[in-house]
Amino acid sequence: MKALLGNRLAVIGALTLAALAVVAIAARWVAPHDPLQVNLPDALLAPCRAYPLGTDQLGRDVLSRLIYGARISLLIGFIAVGIAVSIGTVVGALAGFYGGWLDAILMRFVDTMLSIPTIFLLLAIIAVIGPSIELIMVVIGLTSWMGVARLVRAEILSLKEREFVLAAHVLGASSWRVITKHLLPNAMGPVLVSATLGVGGAILSESVLSYLGLGVQPPTPSWGNILNEGRIALGVAWWLTLAPGLCILTTVLAFNLLGEGIRERLSRQ
Amino acid sequence: MTRYLLQQVLHRGPVLLLITVISFGIMHLAPGKPTDAATQFNPKVSLEARQRMEQLYGLDQPLPRQYAHWMGRLVRFDFGRSFLDDRPVTEKILERLPITLTINLWSLLLILGIAIPLGVLSAVRPNGLFDRLTTVLVFIGYSAPSFWVALLCMAWFGVTLHWLPISGIHSLDYESFGMIHRWLDTGWHLILPVGIAAFTSVAGMSRYMRSSMVDVLRQDYIRTARAKGVSERRVLFHHGLRNGLLPVITILGLSLPDLIGGSVIAETIFSIPGMGRLFYEAVMARDYPVVMALVTIGAVLTMIGNFLADAGYAVADPRIRVESRA
Amino acid sequence: MERSLNRSALGAAGRRQHDRQRSWFVSAILVLVPNLFFSPVASADSPPPPTSGDAIVVGSIGDASRLLPILATDSASGDIVGLLFNGLLKYNERLEIVGDLAESWTVSEDGLTFTFHLRPNVRWHDGAAVTARDVEFTYRKLIDPNVRTPYSSSYELVQSLDVLDDHTVRIRYKEPFAPALESWMMGVIPKHLLEGQDLNTTPFLRKPVGHGPYTFVRWKTGELIELKANPDYFEHRPYIDRYLYRIIPDEATLFLELLTQGVDLSSLTPLQYRRQTNSPFMQRAYHKFRYPSFGFTYLGYNLQDERFKDIRVRQAINRAIDKQALIEGVLYGLGAIATGPYPKESWGYDPSIVPTPYDPRAAKALLAEAGWSDHDGDGWLDRNGQRFQFTILTNQGNEVRRQVAELIQQQLKAVGIDVKIRTVEWSTFVHEFIDKRRFEAVLLGWSLSRDPDLYDLFHSSKTKEGEYNFVGYANPDVDRLLLEGRRTFDHEQRVRIYHDVHRHLYEDQPYTFLFVSDALPMLSSRFRNVVPTPIGIGYNFIDWYAPRSEQRYHAVMQQ
Repeated sequence: MKALLGNRLAVIGALTLAALAVVAIAARWVAPHDPLQVNLPDALLAPCRAYPLGTDQLGRDVLSRLIYGARISLLIGFIAVGIAVSIGTVVGALAGFYGGWLDAILMRFVDTMLSIPTIFLLLAIIAVIGPSIELIMVVIGLTSWMGVARLVRAEILSLKEREFVLAAHVLGASSWRVITKHLLPNAMGPVLVSATLGVGGAILSESVLSYLGLGVQPPTPSWGNILNEGRIALGVAWWLTLAPGLCILTTVLAFNLLGEGIRERLSRQ
Repeated sequence: MTRYLLQQVLHRGPVLLLITVISFGIMHLAPGKPTDAATQFNPKVSLEARQRMEQLYGLDQPLPRQYAHWMGRLVRFDFGRSFLDDRPVTEKILERLPITLTINLWSLLLILGIAIPLGVLSAVRPNGLFDRLTTVLVFIGYSAPSFWVALLCMAWFGVTLHWLPISGIHSLDYESFGMIHRWLDTGWHLILPVGIAAFTSVAGMSRYMRSSMVDVLRQDYIRTARAKGVSERRVLFHHGLRNGLLPVITILGLSLPDLIGGSVIAETIFSIPGMGRLFYEAVMARDYPVVMALVTIGAVLTMIGNFLADAGYAVADPRIRVESRA
Repeated sequence: MERSLNRSALGAAGRRQHDRQRSWFVSAILVLVPNLFFSPVASADSPPPPTSGDAIVVGSIGDASRLLPILATDSASGDIVGLLFNGLLKYNERLEIVGDLAESWTVSEDGLTFTFHLRPNVRWHDGAAVTARDVEFTYRKLIDPNVRTPYSSSYELVQSLDVLDDHTVRIRYKEPFAPALESWMMGVIPKHLLEGQDLNTTPFLRKPVGHGPYTFVRWKTGELIELKANPDYFEHRPYIDRYLYRIIPDEATLFLELLTQGVDLSSLTPLQYRRQTNSPFMQRAYHKFRYPSFGFTYLGYNLQDERFKDIRVRQAINRAIDKQALIEGVLYGLGAIATGPYPKESWGYDPSIVPTPYDPRAAKALLAEAGWSDHDGDGWLDRNGQRFQFTILTNQGNEVRRQVAELIQQQLKAVGIDVKIRTVEWSTFVHEFIDKRRFEAVLLGWSLSRDPDLYDLFHSSKTKEGEYNFVGYANPDVDRLLLEGRRTFDHEQRVRIYHDVHRHLYEDQPYTFLFVSDALPMLSSRFRNVVPTPIGIGYNFIDWYAPRSEQRYHAVMQQ
């Protein structure tokens, strides 16, 4: 932690994310307006005292929508990554630990998933089932676990010949125990880095899906769909495009700086 | 080597087959039919007319038979005809390929041109001012939604300043231009799309280059060279870069399939008729033959790319033997 | 997709707002907006003689797919095909059916036999004469089961088509069919070039040869379609030399292109029309037009649903939705309240029907009468312990509908109905929800042909999977009227019939008819002779011209 503190960029990233998390959790108390309250007479107002970031086409407060949107976007990021890390860890651990046929089959499957364009899977599945927040999380998760699987497998391969692992085997520890108590905790460093970067990636994926009309559906605000709705009004309402774009940019940047910081720290160990 | 090749084919063949089965399954289990676009919700199209059209497309056949049919043609390198406009799929792909290749090659060159010097210079003093500055800069590119950056650039450079064309790849009078004028015209139109593609994805390569160089510069022979009084510039760009570039070269192998895969987002924003839109439109219209062809080609290129990367590793590092690879 | 059979240079314009409304005709009644539209015709004291030259650049969201009238199903193909091919008949600017390729025609007393006399002097772009054999060939291909045309059903009632001589065809019907004349606006295709070919795959689809005012030059997929003026066109050579159809798939990009005059003609969103095109530069560079589109947006109910079977519930929702607020909020006032399926400009519209006033209190009373009131005091209506909750289903990618759904959600909340919104991609929407009747209410739009025939939408026999009366509306009186309307040729009689249909639909409320939105094309101000009429501005496209001093695209295409 101390070394991480030494990396000023990582600290800035972490602080930004912490502040964002607080705002997202406290959305109910922080947001000045109801993010769903339509108020037509106030449509497309420029930033002013009542609406610090202006209003959208239906007169809803942009700041409040961004605050509630932070919840959705962060939730999508974390849950998608949670799914990816879980699947990736299980697959990677099994493949790395047992090796042989199981490894060959699992890794062939990873290759297959990597060869099918992600955008195809995203498009096909979301277009077919219909976009919902849950599905978007699941699909982003299901299409991004392969990197984690490879990482975990590689780590386990290098760890499993190490003395402390061999010792555990000799002492009669079960495979399950060896994997969960000895191997995985030691393999988690790179996974943490990849997860941190992954949250940012998932937030970007949601914005891309929103651009294609397949993101979080109205009236629920997400950064992606606020940005996409604002895009069409670029000429009259710059705040509708600028604010959500900067939110995404800052947040993803923060995740990346933090991830890089952790990576730096690990590589120095 | 032949044994190695054979083994590769044996390993990767099933992957290829699995990819086609999964893609075929996803496409066909999806609700909606390719005849929808032409017939749905048009009060003048009767139910019978719709069923007749489905029959003409062979959509009334059971799925395994449709798959077998498709595979049967595939082995003869025949991707069939698009359901959307009845043109041969190969023709549709070949028409889109040049522009996508052009954009991707130029972006790749630009990315390398930026990432390599940035990576090297950052590695000289890791966490120094220059390193931090470039880190933030390349990550800003990576972190911004690309369509947002594109839109802002179009509005600024295109509308406000009138410096660059907003969309498309040719001027309207392109056909009447001479050879050089045509090149310039296309180049002019490609500045924004190529620039933005490079800006939003330079992060990966430059970070990779940086860490590779950091590793190399810690090696003994670099210290030796420095001790011998070789100039810093020569140490960096001669001794260091030569070894630092090795991993980057293998990465290039892995990015082979990316060269033909266009970005739906960029192509839509900039009105570029490339592979990305072809694919997107095909998925949305349930144009199975086109989707399947693109997925298959992509998968094959991925395999070749992986193979090249592996071969690159094997050549660079003889310790890696066939046996040790799963 | 939509389809335009008559020549409409404006096709691209009509489409953007009605992307998912499907029917034959795109163009619509045009009403001049005096304060916003500077009319070049009125202002020119003595108009200079038209000059040839220049090009018009039309911006379109989608690319064409097949450039053959009988296979063209999307609006982009329709736009291009409309300039390359003519039908036997067309609508004139007053919405009357007049001859196009046909010089004249006669209808027999019993309405069963039509005889068309073709113009003798029309030539294909390759020089061959257009004859009655081409008309016969077009018909054969329309009913050929091996041709993938979706239009065959309009010709099912034809008993026979005989070529009497090179320039005369006689068509007999099995039973009287009033919309028949409209169906002969289908573009005629060349027999001498297509005979013996597989129409589904012929190279002709990408290199068409027509006989219309413009000749095909090139088509760069996903990028551009170029046409040039046909010097031998039978009316006269069009003044504008080149027609460039640019494909720009992103709406925001298309608008930026308008800002830099990269596009001469495109349609605007209501927001763009009201707020983004008023700078002095835009006012100078473009003319904006506004006219009601021939179609309507509606909230349709699944009439199998117990709650919506009760007419009081439907009437209550009709009163609880403030349509004027929808028009103000989403269309920025650029639309009109719909009371039924016809716009005011249609002769099927019964002017004596007035819109139901917005009255949430009356809505609540009606709902209470039907058993729905807030018994448990949670703010939502309930009956037998069940909350009144339903989902409005609509298709993805239509910004206007998305906003309308959100407003309706708010308005119905005020009377205690809990509305959820779900948007689904088009193909899935149709297959999984509409066809299988898995919906409670849908928010959709229809765009209609000029003929007020609504047999397919509201006849009780049209409720099978894949047919268009998916709400399950059945009213014996309407059934009878719709059949009668199809078999009657007398205009006055038909007017009465469709007025009755309008009234029945208004009273029964199988849909809550919401609004008719306006088509909002914007055209470069350098073009003259643009005269707004009931069918839009595109009908006299061949008379448009740009004065030499204002032409933007010079030389290049000398014939």
